[in-house]
Amino acid sequence: MSTMSLVGALNAGLRKSMADDDRVILMGEDIGTLGGVFRVTAGLREEFGADRVVDTPLAESGIVGTAIGLALRGYRPVCEIQFDGFVYPAFDQIVSQLAKFRARSGGRVSLPIVIRIPVGGGIGAVEHHSESNESYFAHTAGLRVVSCATPDDAFHMIQQAIQSDDPVIFYEPKRRYWDKGEVLDQSDRNLHEARVLREGSDCTLVAHGPTVATALAAALAAAEDGFSVGVVDLRTISPLDLSTLEEQTMTSGRVVVVHEASTFLGIGAEIAAAISESCFYSLRSPVLRVGAFNMPYPPAKVEDAFLPSVDRVLAAVDHAMNY
Amino acid sequence: MSRQTDSQSTTKTRPVPPTLSVITEGSPLSFVNPDGTLTADGEAHGIDIELTRGLYREMLLARTLDREALSLQRQGELNLWLMCLGQEAAQIGSVAALLPSDMIFPSYREHAVALYRGVTPAELLVQWRGLAHSGWDPRKYNLQMAALVLGTHTLHATGYAVGARMEQTDEVVAAYFGDGATSQGDVNEAFNWASAGSLPVLFICQNNQWAISTPTSVQSGGQIFRRAAAFGMPTWFVDGNDVLAVHAATTAAAAHIRLNGGPALIEAETYRMAGHSSSDDPTRYRSDEELESWARRDPLTRIEKLLRLMETPESFFAELDESAERLGAEVRDACRNLEPTELADLFGNVYAEPHDSLEAERRSYQESARALAGVNR
Ligand SMILES: Cc1ncc(C[n+]2csc(CCOP(=O)(O)OP(=O)(O)O)c2C)c(N)n1
Ligand SMILES: [Mg+2]
Repeated sequence: MSTMSLVGALNAGLRKSMADDDRVILMGEDIGTLGGVFRVTAGLREEFGADRVVDTPLAESGIVGTAIGLALRGYRPVCEIQFDGFVYPAFDQIVSQLAKFRARSGGRVSLPIVIRIPVGGGIGAVEHHSESNESYFAHTAGLRVVSCATPDDAFHMIQQAIQSDDPVIFYEPKRRYWDKGEVLDQSDRNLHEARVLREGSDCTLVAHGPTVATALAAALAAAEDGFSVGVVDLRTISPLDLSTLEEQTMTSGRVVVVHEASTFLGIGAEIAAAISESCFYSLRSPVLRVGAFNMPYPPAKVEDAFLPSVDRVLAAVDHAMNY
Repeated sequence: MSRQTDSQSTTKTRPVPPTLSVITEGSPLSFVNPDGTLTADGEAHGIDIELTRGLYREMLLARTLDREALSLQRQGELNLWLMCLGQEAAQIGSVAALLPSDMIFPSYREHAVALYRGVTPAELLVQWRGLAHSGWDPRKYNLQMAALVLGTHTLHATGYAVGARMEQTDEVVAAYFGDGATSQGDVNEAFNWASAGSLPVLFICQNNQWAISTPTSVQSGGQIFRRAAAFGMPTWFVDGNDVLAVHAATTAAAAHIRLNGGPALIEAETYRMAGHSSSDDPTRYRSDEELESWARRDPLTRIEKLLRLMETPESFFAELDESAERLGAEVRDACRNLEPTELADLFGNVYAEPHDSLEAERRSYQESARALAGVNR
């Protein structure tokens, strides 16, 4: 066990995967000499060489497209997209190519590719650097989509994603990159399991990635006011771990989903629908969502008002309690 | 390979500048050596002293803006700044050779171009202070918003040029982009599209040798200007640190486009003297020797030397220093006096026509903001 930042944990996880399996190849813009703009791959080129930690041309469609070619020869590429807002040039390669290969080939061809995306806002960045686009990919059959929130999960989940024989979109909460936490040597948790961080009998907060810490802070604040509010870290978006969500709903009867993406057709909408389908009689209030407004991510100076805050989460909890 | 540009179409009335042959071989076109003396091409072309002074002035002002903005960033007044240090000649030499009516599609580093077009310091800084996504009205300056998703705007320029072609204007539509952006599919689609449609697009690539930490040797397998031949457009490969050569090449390329209609490519060989941005540490990936070798080719120093060789009065430099000081003060004041932005005001910017669900979100935001303000009071 050791204490690491989320960036350090990703770096350690990637190093372990590369050491364990020489078919694992990292590719992306500025990931070699520089170690990536967030330093997630720092030191890996020195250790594994320029063939396995590849500084690519500046072309996202190329990164994913060539990763597919490598995977067709048995490699296991891990692509870095420099910022969330720059994944779109690769959209066709991800959505029409990567996601569909297996089904198109009648199950004959699998593509074990991981696409790492630093996601979300809160770092004062300029436009296109703070987006939350998980819904696009979760809406695409053939892709697995996961989202880590802590150093421990970052370390284990990146390795599990690399071991997966399916394509995995791997979200990293960039405003939590420098947060430290304990990392255990082993994990008994499956990649596609949600995690209950806190049990609550009044209300359950469901969050993933960067909003997990927000949800925890809100739950603590609510506890001070005498409410028992639980927190579920989703961890996996596709597939969704519905059974964990259902269990929690049965205990608390109230669910508030918190994410940075816009609520309109966001993951919260899917969770709300799924829970009302399966737990209708356990619900004491409608499932509520706290997320972005349906507008482009705003300029940095107003992002605090835009991002789901503890206050906004508490307001939703209040609303659910008083329903 | 050279193309005749002076013996064709008589339908256009604009005067044809001194013909400059299309350059696709050898070293970049250069007029002024780093020590301020003229090259053989420079001698042959001749030097316009007034033009030279004007270009020098604009470069110095651009450098002042850049320096002030970086120091504002270091003081925490700006969130981010992308320095154009070292690229003043590539930017000023090219923009000055265009007409004010020529539409420009810039990337994020073209501050010198923006300043030249009359964009105010406040309009320039508002984006980097984190208050807006863009600061100026594109129509006012014939300067579009900065493209941050690399290369996308080269296609926008191409589409804009389709309109110019249909309306039979003699506009040139210019797109500025970097060496890194040339790896994007969009840029290569734009090259092909503009050429296939014989569209009046001037592609201006500032090859500053780096795309963040990625050098051009890793970025591309061949020289960028050589692509032009395969796409079927003329190209000028020019010393991007030589403002007079850039100006002459751009003048020739623009004249070619106005006369013949089709696109052209300029590759200006320059150097990003600072980090990629205020967040970057370039010592992690490049050597001091490389930086020093380019410092010796500084675009301002060589023109200052040339102007002194040409016996420019001291008063010219003194006045210019005063202008630069005034600009510096203006930049600092403009930055600190920028109005705050309210999230509530941004809802109305998303759609041109009413959008019911966003309108409902705006109302709920305002209600909750009021409620939260009440709680915290
Ligand atoms: C599509 C896309 N991918 C990645 C980025 C992140 N990024 C911003 S600038 C940059 C390097 C650009 O290099 P170049 O085109 O040479 O322009 P320069 O910064 O040197 O002016 C990168 C990778 C981006 N802005 N857009
Ligand atoms: Mg560059």
